[in-house]
Amino acid sequence: MPHWNPVPFAQQLLDLFAALLLLIVFAMLSQRRILTLIHLFALQGMILALSIADSAWLTHQPHLYYSAALTLGLKGVILPGLLRRLIGRLGVVWDVETLINIPTTMLLGIVLVIFAFNLALPIAHFSHTILRNTLGIALASVLLSFMMMITRNKAVPQVIGFLAMENGLFFAATSATYGMPMVVELGVALDVLVGMFIFGIFFFQIRDTFDSLDTRKMDHLGRD
Amino acid sequence: MDIWLMLSIPVLGGLWQGWRGQHPEAPWVNVLVSALTLLAAGNLLLEVARHGVVCTVDEQFRLDALSAFLVGLTAFVGLTTAWYSRSYLLHECEQGRMDGPRLRLYHGMYQAFMFTLLLALSTNNLGLLWVAMEAATLTTVLLVSLYRTPASLEAAWKYFILCGVGIAQALFGTILLYFAAEKRLGEGGTALLWSHLIQVSHQLEPTIVSLAFVFLLVGYGTKVGLVPLHHWLPDAHAEGPTPISAVLSGLLLNVALYAILRTKVLVDGALPHSFAGPLMMGFGVVSMLVAAWMLRQQHDIKRFFAYSSIEHMGLLTFAFGMGGLVASLAGLLHMTLHSLTKSAIFFAVGQVAQRWKTHDMTRIQGILRACPRLGWGLLLGALAIVGFPPFGVFTSEFLILTTALREHPWAVSPIVLALGVAFAAIFGQVQSLTLGEAAGVENQATRPSMVPWFWHLVVVLLLGIYLPPWLLQAYRQAAHLLN
Repeated sequence: MPHWNPVPFAQQLLDLFAALLLLIVFAMLSQRRILTLIHLFALQGMILALSIADSAWLTHQPHLYYSAALTLGLKGVILPGLLRRLIGRLGVVWDVETLINIPTTMLLGIVLVIFAFNLALPIAHFSHTILRNTLGIALASVLLSFMMMITRNKAVPQVIGFLAMENGLFFAATSATYGMPMVVELGVALDVLVGMFIFGIFFFQIRDTFDSLDTRKMDHLGRD
Repeated sequence: MDIWLMLSIPVLGGLWQGWRGQHPEAPWVNVLVSALTLLAAGNLLLEVARHGVVCTVDEQFRLDALSAFLVGLTAFVGLTTAWYSRSYLLHECEQGRMDGPRLRLYHGMYQAFMFTLLLALSTNNLGLLWVAMEAATLTTVLLVSLYRTPASLEAAWKYFILCGVGIAQALFGTILLYFAAEKRLGEGGTALLWSHLIQVSHQLEPTIVSLAFVFLLVGYGTKVGLVPLHHWLPDAHAEGPTPISAVLSGLLLNVALYAILRTKVLVDGALPHSFAGPLMMGFGVVSMLVAAWMLRQQHDIKRFFAYSSIEHMGLLTFAFGMGGLVASLAGLLHMTLHSLTKSAIFFAVGQVAQRWKTHDMTRIQGILRACPRLGWGLLLGALAIVGFPPFGVFTSEFLILTTALREHPWAVSPIVLALGVAFAAIFGQVQSLTLGEAAGVENQATRPSMVPWFWHLVVVLLLGIYLPPWLLQAYRQAAHLLN
């Protein structure tokens, strides 16, 4: 009779959160409406925070609770709030155009997920943490967010893709390790926040100069 | 304690500038703050020379021969650029291209940028190094779009997005490195400290470390401007104010390369075979060839010299990729000389562009006639950058080439080809800019300031003729840390 080792509940929960994160990135890839995109981003931040809190519980790492609180505040509340106010003030509620049609994007996304899992396989093998199956998902979310940045041509969705990529990286940090040292996490959070403000300034500058937030209009450099 | 002093001076200076940066005394305060930073850096250099290593706050901050030399270089070019931007900004204000808020932004961000560079160099924590590198992008991105022209906004957006995505790869690499390290050093604060990592580097898991290095090389390589990740660099250099082009080329690229070098040493320790070296050599040679080729097609004078920076960064990446004491020493020497020469060239180019009111090289002629000082500055700077003896760049390029000839002969012909094409392009272009009848000068009002570029070129010339033994010793110590 084989030895049956039940997977602890917290571990199952973590796998669930990981799967949800991947699902959300796919939902973002297929989403055309910008407000829904921001809501999905907020949801992603909240689930990320939950998953960090869960791994804190699982691994008894108190500093991960602070990290979860930081993530919830910054990525679940502050950044989506800032983005919503921004698009409110910019007056943009357009539907997002994509450069490649959505079914093709989804298929490409699946290819990327397979690639990410293959890439993560040799590393996850070395993982002695109980969080090993999640690294592939983290890498997949990074790559999918990257693809979202490439396939969108409006400035705001590109920035959301950028922030989603950052979420994927944070998930990688908690799933592969027990989270980065606190000072590094604080530094990264500060950079993201400052970056968001600069993005906001940029949106206005770009709109005032180009009369649009379409980054395809910005392709004149290097053509002389 | 001294590290704190050095880091706090630009922070306080930046805060003051954010408050009163539009006032007439602000440019002088900028110079003063930079001078104080240089003094504090000099004090640290002496301390490193005496003790070998300076640490503080549980080794979170640490200066050794390698980082100390770069701190000195950064603080020096920071001061001369602050001096130069004084006359540059005065002129821009007269032309109505600058106003109060922009001046405040410029001065505040200039000091913030210096702070991020010094933080990146003096931290021992690879995570903080990442934070500082990202912050360096954030502080300069609004400066690139300072003039609010469509072209400058496009350049800044490109810079922001490309470097942001690039540096995200570096964060993933850092996470992987931490993942490999915490098995040996335990979780918590010390597993990202370089000085701890280097002691256990031979025990790190090779698979993870090599994957981490690929991500780190791509990430920080974007900021170094390695081909094919270089697309932001010429635009950001061309569209921002010229003092910012000078510090981007002269300082930011160096610090990004420094980040790669720090991780390369770890990878070399972890892997039995050479892995990082060949990768860097490949990137370096390709960057040189592509940049030399692109040089020939440029019309914008600042883009032109930006491509020259990519070429030199390629040569440096190649030299450090070769490894070995001689190549590393030559690389460090070349890093110094390139910073000084390229910023000197940008100082001259900025004044030329202000006088001719264009960046288009086909419309600039006869600089020597119209303005002999600037003409000589540009001519001598160009001679120095293409590696004409007796300028120091000749020495370092010669050392790199002879080492390559001995150890990696395959690389010599592409490098010589790239250097040759770049030589022809720069020499030909500068000849047509400086010689001949003066044409197209729009503005002759102010006397050109020659202080910063003149001293930079004097140092480059002196280092080509005579390398003092104490300096050679310092370079040797720094090169030793890379092997």
